[in-house]
Amino acid sequence: MRGYLPPVEVRVPATLGEALTLLAAEPGLWTPLAGGTDLMVVFNAGHLKATRFLDLSRLTELRGIAEDNNLLSFGSLSTYTDLRECRAVHQHFPNLVKSAQVTGALAIQNRGTLGGNIANASPAADTPPSLLAYGAELELVSVLGSRRVAYASFHQGYKQMDLAPDELVAKVLVPKPTGRGFHYFRKVGTRQAQAISKVCLAAYARLEKGCVAELRIGLGSVAPAPVRARAVEQLLLGQPLASLPIEAARLALGSDISPIDDIRATAHYRSVVTGNLLAQMLRELTQA
Amino acid sequence: MADQIMLSLKVNGQSHSLQVHPFARLLDVLREDLRFTGTKEGCGEGECGVCSILLNGRLVNSCLVPAVQAQGGEIVTVEGLADGQRLSSLQDAFLTQNGAQCGFCTPGMLLAATDLLQRNPHPDEAAVREGLAGNLCRCTGYVKIVDAVQTAAREAR
Repeated sequence: MRGYLPPVEVRVPATLGEALTLLAAEPGLWTPLAGGTDLMVVFNAGHLKATRFLDLSRLTELRGIAEDNNLLSFGSLSTYTDLRECRAVHQHFPNLVKSAQVTGALAIQNRGTLGGNIANASPAADTPPSLLAYGAELELVSVLGSRRVAYASFHQGYKQMDLAPDELVAKVLVPKPTGRGFHYFRKVGTRQAQAISKVCLAAYARLEKGCVAELRIGLGSVAPAPVRARAVEQLLLGQPLASLPIEAARLALGSDISPIDDIRATAHYRSVVTGNLLAQMLRELTQA
Repeated sequence: MADQIMLSLKVNGQSHSLQVHPFARLLDVLREDLRFTGTKEGCGEGECGVCSILLNGRLVNSCLVPAVQAQGGEIVTVEGLADGQRLSSLQDAFLTQNGAQCGFCTPGMLLAATDLLQRNPHPDEAAVREGLAGNLCRCTGYVKIVDAVQTAAREAR
C-alpha cells in the first residue's frame, strides 16, 4: 500500500552535457538515478536521505556496448540484460555474463545497470568481481572533461569511491583477453535464484607454457568494497599449473579479505567459503 | 503542486494522463490511481515478482519503477492479457494445469511467462524456471506452474 512520500525534486536531463552542468553547479546536491533497482528499495523503505535526484535513464550517450580490436566499452546505462544479450560479451567475458545472470532475476536485470552496480558501491554487487578479474577501467566524466581510472583502485572503502561529486561514471572499458585464457565465476547465496551474495569470486588467468602468466581474482562480500586478492595473485603468478600451491593460496587469502558478520552470513562462514571457492577455482585451473 | 508531475502513459493500449508524485511507485499509480488492481504488491523491494508488469515490452518490478521513469511508457498488466472474455492460451493453461492455488502470485507469474514465451516460444523446463526465477510462489511448489507454461507453449505449436 502507498505510504507517505516525502517531497522530492527530480530533474530529467535530455543530454549528458545538461546533466553534468547541473552536477557542476550544485555538486553533491543531486543524487544520480539510473535503473532504480537499488535506490528505490531504500526510498520505498523511507531510509533515503537524498531529496533531489538526477534521472540519467534518458541519456542515450550513456547507452550501448561498443567493440574495437582491443576492448569492449560499456555505456554505464548498459543493463544486465544488455550484457546477457551481447554476443561479444559471451565471447570474451564469460564471467560478466554469469555475473549478470545471477544479479536478481529477469525483472531486475532489465532495469539494473552496470554503472549503477559500480556506483552504488555495494560490497555484495556481482559484476564488480568479474570487472576486477578482467582488469576493467572506468571513464569518469564531468564538465571539465573525462579521465580514466583503473577499476581496481576506484573503491576506497565502504561506499567510498574515487568519484568527485560533479562526476558520473560514463563508460566501463574492459580489455579483451588475449592468448590462452581461464575464466572462473561462482557466487554463493542463500538460494539459486534472486539471492544477494554471501561470497562471490571471479578469476581470470592467462596460461603460457604450462604456467600462470597472468592472474586476477576479484572478490565480493568479503571486504568493505569489492577487492582483488592481491596476495594470492602474487603467490600464484609464474607457478606451473601442474603443482599449484592450493593450501598456501588459501592461507594467503587471509590478508586479502576482511569479512564481517551481517544479516546474510558470519565472517567465519565467509572466510571458509571464500577459501573453498579459491581451492575449487585452482583445482579447475590445474586441469586447464 | 510543484512536487507533482503530469504523467502520461498507456496501459493495455489505453492512454492516461494524471498528476502524481515523481517517485510514486508505478505499482501504486496502477493500483490506486488507475485501479488496475490485478497487479499485486508483495515484498515491495524487487524480490518476489508479484508486481511484475511489462514496461515498453520488458518485464519489470513495478514496485521499483518511479513514476517519472514511466513517462511516455507502454504498460501491459494482467488485465491486458485476455481478449475481452477470451483468456490467453497461457491463462487457459494455468486453469487446466492448476497453475494457480491461492492466486496471489498468478498475475506476476502470467506476465513473466508471457514475456518468456514472447522471447522463447518453446522453452525447456530449465528455461521456464529461469524465466520465472524472480517470481515466488509459496503454494504450488512451482511444478504445476512450469507445466502450465509448457502446456501453453505446446498448444501454440
